[in-house]
Amino acid sequence: MEQVSLRTLDEGQEAVIADITADGEMGRRIRDMGLVPGVSVQVVGRAPLQDPVALRLLGFTLTLRNSEADFIKVTQ
Amino acid sequence: MTAAQNTIAIAGNPNSGKTTAFNRYTGSRQHVGNYPGITVEKKAGIAHVDGKTVTLVDLPGTYSLTAYSLEEVVARKVLAEERPGAVLDVINASVLERNLYLTLQMLEMGIPVVLALNMMDEARDQGIIIDEKRLEELIGLKAVPTVARTGEGLPKALAETIKLAEEKKGRTAPLEISYGPEIDATLKEMTPIVEETKLLTHKYPARWVAMKYLERDEDIVSQGRAASATTSAALEKIASRLSDHIKTTLNSYPEALIADYRYGYIASLLRQGVLKGVDELKNRIAYSDKMDKVLTHRIFGPVIMLGVLYAMYYLTIEIGDYPLGWVESFFEWLDGAVGAALPDGLLKSMITSGVIGGVGGVLGFVPLIVIMFLLIAFMEDSGYMARVAYMWDRIFRFFGLHGASIMPFIISGGIAGGCAVPGVMATRTLRSPRERLATILTAPFMACGAKMPVFLLFVGIFFEDNKALIMLLLSLTGWAAALLVARLLRSTLIRGASTPFVMELPPYRLPTLSGMIIHTWERAWQYIKKAGTIILAISILLWAAMSFPSLPDDVSAGFAERKAAIETELSAFPYKKLSDEIAGLEEELDGLGANDPKAKELQVRIDDLVAQRDALPAGKLKVEIDELTGQVDALPKDPAADKLREQVAKLSESLEWLKPEDAGTKALQRQLDELSEVLEKTPSGAIEAVIARKQKERDELPEIRLEANIAEIENEEAAATLTHSLAGRVGTALERITAPAGFDWRTNIALVGGIAAKEVVISTLGTAYSLGEIGDDEHSLADRIKGDSHWTTANAVALLLFTLLYSPCFVTLVVIKQESGSWKWLFFSLIFNLALAYSVAVAAYQTLA
Repeated sequence: MEQVSLRTLDEGQEAVIADITADGEMGRRIRDMGLVPGVSVQVVGRAPLQDPVALRLLGFTLTLRNSEADFIKVTQ
Repeated sequence: MTAAQNTIAIAGNPNSGKTTAFNRYTGSRQHVGNYPGITVEKKAGIAHVDGKTVTLVDLPGTYSLTAYSLEEVVARKVLAEERPGAVLDVINASVLERNLYLTLQMLEMGIPVVLALNMMDEARDQGIIIDEKRLEELIGLKAVPTVARTGEGLPKALAETIKLAEEKKGRTAPLEISYGPEIDATLKEMTPIVEETKLLTHKYPARWVAMKYLERDEDIVSQGRAASATTSAALEKIASRLSDHIKTTLNSYPEALIADYRYGYIASLLRQGVLKGVDELKNRIAYSDKMDKVLTHRIFGPVIMLGVLYAMYYLTIEIGDYPLGWVESFFEWLDGAVGAALPDGLLKSMITSGVIGGVGGVLGFVPLIVIMFLLIAFMEDSGYMARVAYMWDRIFRFFGLHGASIMPFIISGGIAGGCAVPGVMATRTLRSPRERLATILTAPFMACGAKMPVFLLFVGIFFEDNKALIMLLLSLTGWAAALLVARLLRSTLIRGASTPFVMELPPYRLPTLSGMIIHTWERAWQYIKKAGTIILAISILLWAAMSFPSLPDDVSAGFAERKAAIETELSAFPYKKLSDEIAGLEEELDGLGANDPKAKELQVRIDDLVAQRDALPAGKLKVEIDELTGQVDALPKDPAADKLREQVAKLSESLEWLKPEDAGTKALQRQLDELSEVLEKTPSGAIEAVIARKQKERDELPEIRLEANIAEIENEEAAATLTHSLAGRVGTALERITAPAGFDWRTNIALVGGIAAKEVVISTLGTAYSLGEIGDDEHSLADRIKGDSHWTTANAVALLLFTLLYSPCFVTLVVIKQESGSWKWLFFSLIFNLALAYSVAVAAYQTLA
């Protein structure tokens, strides 16, 4: 299946995380919040200026910047 | 049991109800401090359960123990070095999977853990059923369902933890899970090395240390290097070999694989029948989502938020003004009482101006801080604060800040009239250290309430027609300065990639009142203690700088002589003689009891003397003026006359500016005469005209003129004392440097005083102009400035900009030190802001002059 950046998802769309390409602090923060391969996420909203983005995963809501979403590859 | 084993730590994710549980257990028996050198709060308290007493430590809320953020470093340090007997891990039951990630890491460290499955009510509402018996079996831990908000299950959870602590005494066999074949094999190779060399094994399990080397954990690696450089180098070599291997074969990193396997372990646990009937997106979260549809809506979201932030500002600053007034009145009263009790002299001056003024200044902020923290606690605990950061992040990120920076800015005076003291303290909501520091250092550029009197005075004099516009421009200049300096700092001194924003948006919840009150009280008390002691010392120093060296004896003798000469001349006048006699008798009368037979006699004599005095011209005129004033006050309200009066005052003020030969002077004069005539035809206007005439007549009497002369000499003496003092000399010496900005020595002295508190700029300027105390009525100072040819629009603009941007006041500086954890930033704020303000003021003056 084709992997795309999490940034490209529209509001309401669901996908499964395939890969986290971030290293160091960024990678660790992302993983600490439960964003690891195999977890399914849904985009639940975007801030008024389209950035950051709000996600639903594992029963809670998470927000991250578009630049951070680029490190997260998903498949639909 | 040792002291440490008698300690229970409470750990958990942010928003898991950990602090609510802690507050429930300890109530008011808790104290808050800071971990040495950093701003992470250290909370500890005493709890009683089943007749046992334990010390509870509330660890900072973290998602992990990877030790990237300060909170994580602190939490891990406490767990490893203080070794609490056991940990009560508070878990948000609806987000079990992510919460267990932290639990797993504690188990890897060999820490005995009891789970509090908290917020069970919300989980049940969402249809989540947790089989805690099954969970206990699988993970080998006690799991107690709790609802921290109501206290349900909490005693049992703590009792279980204490039981575990007594049994395990802080250590248990570390949990060893598989991180995949490559990593497991490498760990097998590394662990014996760690064991043999005993590298850090007094604190951590051997396999854990090896794993941290694979995770490239900076804290552990540097500890390892310090303990044994050779062992550490060997381990680092193995770790980097594995890292290269994983990079080439899997295009990944060891720490990523370790995290994946941890989550995999948790997921497989939960799949074995722990979770039942998970029906996602129900109730609480669904409800929260609906609220977010409005509260973070593209258009309504920002509008509602501006409303909320304005309300916060309004409540903090406007409502805070009432208790602030009470505190101020109390200190004024104290000042008066102490002033009356002590003899004139240095001690009195030091206690009233230095100690009472300084302590009063600090305590005056307490109401603002209390209100602000109550509101912030509400915003944070309700979940709204996270949305604020979410909505504003895009804009603030551009300046190297964080979405949550907006609130400190607004409280500091982003809406003109705030205060940087609570503003800087409000940065505690920011968890990103670099963004937080940049916010702390730039928030004082905002147009705070204490800068307002300076703005109002000079804008009133020089921009009479555009007051509102200029005030708005000043406010916007404050914003521009804050944001641009933040950008500058973030690309120079506080350089570094922006901290990852990744943040939870917790579901909206109604905060508990007790939690908010405890939270607020702790912070206010910390402020009083810390700021109070430093400010007291500083305000005494400042008082000394403005009073010493005192005037040389011959100079003060000169003033005394001049006063004495006038007094002698004055005492020849019967009016003065009678007044003095009356005053003396009245004092004597006050000392007598009401039933004293002598009192009656005295009263008769006083009445007689008063009658004599009132028969003299000065007395007679005064009685008449008082009578007429009473008549005016008794008249019914007349809005039309009030309006006329205002117009007349304005016109005569404008006329003072014009020279007789100026164009338009005649027309204005005519207009003024006409209006005055109309005004004199109103009932109150007519009486006022008579009053004015009589007042003028009285002021021209020689004895009244002499009295005014004495006051003038006293003001002159105060001005001379100020000029002679250290602060005055600094101001005068600075004249050479400040000339390019158009400031004379008087302005310099006032601005030097303003570093203590911006409120004193105007009053110091008044003293320097020999005007004595400047009270509510600032007209005299405005008149003097208008009349002083030194003052032009260019000087005024330079002064306005300088006042806006220059050094934060001392209380703010102390709070900056407290919040940044370093004296360095206090001095940076003082010097950098002065330099910036100076450059801007010089540029403005040179352009306009």
